[in-house]
Amino acid sequence: MNAARARITLPFLIFVTPVLMWLFLLIVLPHIDLLLMSFRIEDDAGATVWSLVNYLNFFDEPVYWRTFTRTAVYAILTTMITFAVSLPVAFYITKVVSPRFSGFLSLLLLMPFWVSELVRVYGWMILLRESGVINHFLLKAGLLQRPVEMLYNDVTMVMGLVYTSMLFMVVPLISVLESLDDSLIEAAYDLGGNVFSIVTRIIIPHAMPGIVSGGIVVFMLTLGNYLTPNLIGGKNSLWFTEQIYNQFIASFNWNQGAAFGFLLLILSSSIIWIGLKLTRQKLSQVVQ
Amino acid sequence: MALDLSVENVTKTFGDFTAVNEVSFAVEQGRFFSILGPSGCGKTTLLRMIAGFIEPTAGRILIRGNDMANLPPNRRPVNLIFQHLALFPMMNVAQNIAFGLQRRKEKKPEIDRKVADILERVGLPGFGNKKIDQLSGGQKQRVAIARCLVLDPAVLLLDEPLGALDLKLREQMKVELKKLQAQVGTTFIYITHDQSEALVMSDHVAVMNNGRFEQVDTPRKLYAHPKTPFVARFVGDNNAWKGIVADHREDLCTIETTDGQIFTAGAAPDLPSGTPVAFFIRPEAIIIAPDAGLDDFNRLPVVIKSILFDGANSRLLATPVDGEKELMIALPQNRQYDHLNAGDRVDIGWSARSASCFKAS
Amino acid sequence: MIRSLPNTRSYTLGFKLYVALFFVFLFAPLFVTCVLAFNDSQFPALPWKGFTLEWFTADLPERVGIFHDSLNLSAIQVSFKVAFWVSIFSTLVGTCGAFLFEQENFRFKQALYFLMLAPLVVPGVILGISILLFANTLGMFFENTLSMDVPLFRPGFWLVVLGQFSFISTLVTLVVSARLKKFDRSLEEAALNLGATRLQVIWHITLKFLRPAIIGAFAVAFLMSFENFNTTLFLVGSQTTLPITLYLQVRDGSTPVINAVSFLLIVGTSLLAVINLSFSRKKE
Repeated sequence: MNAARARITLPFLIFVTPVLMWLFLLIVLPHIDLLLMSFRIEDDAGATVWSLVNYLNFFDEPVYWRTFTRTAVYAILTTMITFAVSLPVAFYITKVVSPRFSGFLSLLLLMPFWVSELVRVYGWMILLRESGVINHFLLKAGLLQRPVEMLYNDVTMVMGLVYTSMLFMVVPLISVLESLDDSLIEAAYDLGGNVFSIVTRIIIPHAMPGIVSGGIVVFMLTLGNYLTPNLIGGKNSLWFTEQIYNQFIASFNWNQGAAFGFLLLILSSSIIWIGLKLTRQKLSQVVQ
Repeated sequence: MALDLSVENVTKTFGDFTAVNEVSFAVEQGRFFSILGPSGCGKTTLLRMIAGFIEPTAGRILIRGNDMANLPPNRRPVNLIFQHLALFPMMNVAQNIAFGLQRRKEKKPEIDRKVADILERVGLPGFGNKKIDQLSGGQKQRVAIARCLVLDPAVLLLDEPLGALDLKLREQMKVELKKLQAQVGTTFIYITHDQSEALVMSDHVAVMNNGRFEQVDTPRKLYAHPKTPFVARFVGDNNAWKGIVADHREDLCTIETTDGQIFTAGAAPDLPSGTPVAFFIRPEAIIIAPDAGLDDFNRLPVVIKSILFDGANSRLLATPVDGEKELMIALPQNRQYDHLNAGDRVDIGWSARSASCFKAS
Repeated sequence: MIRSLPNTRSYTLGFKLYVALFFVFLFAPLFVTCVLAFNDSQFPALPWKGFTLEWFTADLPERVGIFHDSLNLSAIQVSFKVAFWVSIFSTLVGTCGAFLFEQENFRFKQALYFLMLAPLVVPGVILGISILLFANTLGMFFENTLSMDVPLFRPGFWLVVLGQFSFISTLVTLVVSARLKKFDRSLEEAALNLGATRLQVIWHITLKFLRPAIIGAFAVAFLMSFENFNTTLFLVGSQTTLPITLYLQVRDGSTPVINAVSFLLIVGTSLLAVINLSFSRKKE
């Protein structure tokens, strides 16, 4: 069978041509171009020359690398919080609630995921802002004397980021916990395990592929998020994607923006790579 | 008589592993030919080479005299019944059967007629509009056969199609398959690891082991006269003993076993004294409390260890009074032996010519 | 611990409370957004001033409902068109990808597979800027050497389609591959054995088997495209998609029209998701 398939057949050509065009024209070449652009600048005469200036600027200007570090730290923090919030929910839906409701609950869980991120962020804005719904109720209940601005701070921003990407953590966790045989938990319980030891020795090791794949997606989406930090996270461009946007749209310095983009790409790939190494998972298994 | 299939010195290797080793055989038109062997013996590889899914490393496969080399599976005049039948779940029964005819671009009325006709012949008239998942196991089996037979193949290959059925249905389908084959007259090549399927249905059986054919024979001869120790062990049950030829006389030899027993056994003439041998005696060839005065007869007092009751297939498990070797002895359920209990001493014996004897490997 | 084991009352109750709070957290912003779309007020805020449909239907000087709001309506139209093309292209190419990676063997398959996964780990913003840069490079090349002005290479409709297609195809490939993995290869061999060619097998057997997954992937691709923001942000020209239009409005202050649009989006996507789900359930 394998020997017969090694020949170039008509079906193979039909499959491989569009895939190669897609991957090379839209993924490989643009990223090579991004890399090349990041090493070029316009000199005083208006000609483009090779240079490391774009990268040197990043290290010279504290606001750039501070934003960069801040973004990385907050993205990791968001991923961890998302995991901590999601695990009990996934566990409840797959193992605790009666099977009659578990289908319905997971369906319900997916609903907000289908709605545009912008709508969800907007929802939080009208809930939390100074004239928002929560302030309205707190004032009515007499718990507050005057309205409080709950938007534009880091806590709200992290909450918004968790909210935005939570479903990408819950869904892989649900599917990986569904494959966990109930009798393993029963056996652990029977052998004298308590909740803590069962979670750390049985559930988490089994769920590792789901945790890693959820973690990668959440981390990546958080790192590359623009809407949430921009709309509810304060007004002074403290997320790295905002810096990229500024370079491209406001300053119109595409070479600088390309360098920033490349730095963000290196950051996301290396943290994902470290995550995979630490948990001894493979990317190709994790995306299943 | 014309040959439908001949396989000449076919070998298939996967890297260092030789799955099929220099296999040759020929099947006459209209025969039911079985290939019997344990899993991993290479029988599926052999079948898939005949069907064209695998190309042989060496050797030729001829169907009705035409060399099949480099002919893809869709252009070979053979059809295959898959182990799990591989009925197309996205089509109904009639569409499944019509699939091959449509590929041949036959006319619609002709297809309809042939489909109705073949459904009639496999005993499923009017089942055309049923979905595959509405059928029982036996009906699926028959649809799979109809789907192939409607194409009128030179050879029909069957890859253990009864394996997935439960025991009762399997017994029933064995008989049905045999009848169907006799009725349609197509050559069947049937592979299985179940000796009973092979023995009941086949005209000829090839016993396969480690990529080679050990013996090709009629079921009766295979059972009565196994030619190799493997066949003796694999076809039917057997008690096996190891020993050394002590004496040779006409077609009989005297054997001294490793645990010191002396027996006579039927033997090939090429076993001179001193040859290490393995010899086999079937449980049903052993007589409990045999009459005195039989010629060329081995006698042995044994102690009954336990009685394994299994209806018509009941056995005694016994060891010689002065030995360790465990023996299986058929225990006919005709009430004659109801008095036997574990721990009893009893004489047993067997005719020397019902044992078979081979040079030990 | 789990449903088949005896649990203490406090454990069960605590867990229920946690999950209930989680769902409140999940739905509160959507619920509030929907409710305030019907508030008879100039601002998307409480107090409740009475029920009105004017944010959908009105065409007054101080209140323009969504059905008369040409800015948002044309953005919706653009989004539909983009999503349509993106889902067509990505379903076609993604299905080819699934066949390529599941059923074919070739050199560098592993490397190509990793390349196919890359868009999953590349932030959307970077996909957007790299495609923008590359299109610009190509555009300059065509202009300088061939003196041709190719509109495709400037930010605009088709660049948005290409940008979204570049990562949505990966999702389609994964969805269709997952189904193709469950395909019993002996069905394919049976069809070959019955005289079909490989392409006939794919058409009559494999694609029929994949149909629910392909339809599902099409729907997912449509929704993903419709709500995409990050990649689109850098590639839009004069025709902006709905998320971009809404973003600009939200950033500069908001009116209940946004709630009305959101309400329609929530209802629409939920309906599509439910239809898609029940459809795939029935097929399986």
